[in-house]
Amino acid sequence: MELKYSAAGLFDEMFQSHDTCRDHYKSYQKWLSDIPTDQIKQKQQEADLLFHRLGITFNVYGEDAGTERLIPFDTVPRIIPSQEWDIVQKGVKQRVSALNKFLYDIYHDQEIIKAGLIPEEQVFANDQYQPCMQGVNLPGNIYAHIAGVDLIKDSQGDYYVLEDNLRTPSGVSYMLENRKMMMRLFPDLFLKNSVAPIDQYPSLLLKTLKDSTEITNPCVVVLTPGRFNSAYFEHAFLAQQMGVELVEGKDLFVKGCHLYMRTTKGPQKVDVIYRRIDDEFLDPLTFNAQSMLGVAGLTSVYRQGNVILANAIGTGVADDKSIYPYVPEMIRFYLDEEPILKNVPTWQCRKAEDLAYTLENLASLVVKEVHGAGGYGMLIGPKASSQEIEDFRIQLLNNPSNYISQPTLSLSSSPTFVEEGIAPRHIDLRPFLLSAKEAHLVPGGLTRVALKEGSLVVNSSQGGGTKDTWVLEEGAC
Amino acid sequence: MLSRTASELYWMARYLERAENTARMMDVAFSVSMMPSNTVVQEELSAQLKISGNYQLFCAHYKEINTHNVMHFFSLDPVNPSSIYNCIEYARDNAKSVRGKISSETWEAINVSWIELQAIKKKGRIWEVNAFFDWVKERSHVFRGSVYSTGLRNDAFRFIRLGTFLERAENTARILDVKNQIHDHIAEIEAVDYYRWNAVLRSLGAYEAYREIYGDVITPDKVAELLILRAEVPRSIRACLSAINDILSTIEGNIGQVPKRLVAVQYARVMYGDSHHIFEETGLHEYLTDFLTRMNTIADSIHIAYMEAV
Repeated sequence: MELKYSAAGLFDEMFQSHDTCRDHYKSYQKWLSDIPTDQIKQKQQEADLLFHRLGITFNVYGEDAGTERLIPFDTVPRIIPSQEWDIVQKGVKQRVSALNKFLYDIYHDQEIIKAGLIPEEQVFANDQYQPCMQGVNLPGNIYAHIAGVDLIKDSQGDYYVLEDNLRTPSGVSYMLENRKMMMRLFPDLFLKNSVAPIDQYPSLLLKTLKDSTEITNPCVVVLTPGRFNSAYFEHAFLAQQMGVELVEGKDLFVKGCHLYMRTTKGPQKVDVIYRRIDDEFLDPLTFNAQSMLGVAGLTSVYRQGNVILANAIGTGVADDKSIYPYVPEMIRFYLDEEPILKNVPTWQCRKAEDLAYTLENLASLVVKEVHGAGGYGMLIGPKASSQEIEDFRIQLLNNPSNYISQPTLSLSSSPTFVEEGIAPRHIDLRPFLLSAKEAHLVPGGLTRVALKEGSLVVNSSQGGGTKDTWVLEEGAC
Repeated sequence: MLSRTASELYWMARYLERAENTARMMDVAFSVSMMPSNTVVQEELSAQLKISGNYQLFCAHYKEINTHNVMHFFSLDPVNPSSIYNCIEYARDNAKSVRGKISSETWEAINVSWIELQAIKKKGRIWEVNAFFDWVKERSHVFRGSVYSTGLRNDAFRFIRLGTFLERAENTARILDVKNQIHDHIAEIEAVDYYRWNAVLRSLGAYEAYREIYGDVITPDKVAELLILRAEVPRSIRACLSAINDILSTIEGNIGQVPKRLVAVQYARVMYGDSHHIFEETGLHEYLTDFLTRMNTIADSIHIAYMEAV
């Protein structure tokens, strides 16, 4: 198909300028120019139909609660050359390693606070700080066994970390299913390009979970809130791929000092839980007493070391947006290294001077809630009307410490198949790091794409789609 | 296996079998409803509503008992808990919670049925009654075929099959018992009687079997004998019990003594039963009523043994 494409003013992943394709996309570009537009269109429809038939959907909350939707899948892959991936890999490992050390520290001796690098109220007054974890020792001192780090590129093409996800990061099933779909639709593309494989993820995840305990041959389960959860497909998918039970809270019970599941052969002891339920709902005796999703007494078993939770309770304190600005300092403090991946400059509105700066520059900044997620409750200054900015100003003034602000980074763009043909759309990247005895990062991740022209919001709940993410192997271009 | 998983698999299979059996029962009703006599049609339709325990519910939602209303009530109406629509919806819900335990082809078989049914439902009513029932049966075959040819032979497979055969045994008994709900003066019209037994055989896919085994005119006692006592007819009560008996003995672990014993007893009763005893001494309706009560007890005992909280 013919490519008329202009990504003026942006950093485009494929095109250096309007007529120069970057080296690592050349093979794909050649393939694309040989293939008729109709055929791509038809393949795109085929993909939608297949995803529907296979039931690879997510559940929507709010307005159309209970309905199932497909996450739009874009057939133009996002390609990352190996030397670039090297930076991502090292940077993500470095960052998550520091975050794990930070979690160990604040739940033990709090050296970083004593050193005066992070104000103590930022940690202890944080809702995500869990006092019940104080002094609890975990095997290998690992708290975030599964971490998803959201990366974006600015207009210079440099990677920035937008946020760390250390609670129950989701999206990895789409990474895997997108690859499967691409291989099914365009097998010839994979003959011409050396794309690093990612299907080892489920077995690495299982290995990580087994390595997270000292018990040999542990019984591992995946704990889901149930089939109405938006990421239920992923919970079921991962349990199946790992060959372990997918359990709900009501399948588990505590007896004595151990946790068991109810089976057709009687109770069976559980050693490791890959939980996809937030802290708050895990145990009605410790947290939210109204929760029907958790298991009464789980925390007590956990604190005695008789079950492993992945991720640990209380990791949320490290991925909070109010802690985010301190991550580069953590890396220096715990690892004595310079951060490989950049942090986006962040103004913390709880500080008077930062609030003043934010208020003055609302029209050019992005303002986010400290605990927000999913692209809700945020203001994108340059995209907002003056009314929206004024409304937001009032919200901000009402509760400044609930907000942070950052410069509006333009996010790199990638060619994306849309109604009119192929056009640039903004993307981000979420690679998934597994940590136990060793750290593993499968070469790939979830690339999310904002399908609306000009939009910077990539969240699937707000009209974002996904792409297959290719990391090219060494030597191949 | 998780108790909840066992329960979801079992119910998934039961609901799909129920959808198929509802289609089979409606198939009979629909053929009989083409008889010229209006009273015959009315009787047949009311009998279907009574035997399924839905007579009152139907009357609360419909003004008139006629073919169209009854067909709609049993096929697409969400107010009827055992409508084909609801059965497939429930089955898909169950399947969704245990999709990791069934093969992807089995999941797809169920999911596609559900997607197609949504499209059918959108049209508001069933335009081609026979084609719709054929579709239901076909989807059920696809489901069972995928389970049989792609399912691992483990407890998941056993609980699915258990659900299928328990549901099927009950439904065969119900289909046979419908006639009891029809008033004697109608029931004794010989032509109608012949037509209805003929339809029962066809709806259970046992018409050829009857010809093959008896090679004779169709008589009610032989139809009942075929569908209760003959081991070689796959929807017969005996065949279902034989399957249930085999499945229970292969489920892993040492629990489940109560259902195993109850099933073995019931299986023996059918295996050594004879049609003279059923017809002349007990009476068909009484025999079937007793059978359904026993099946209920068996289903309850299976629940308590395998699927309920420890």
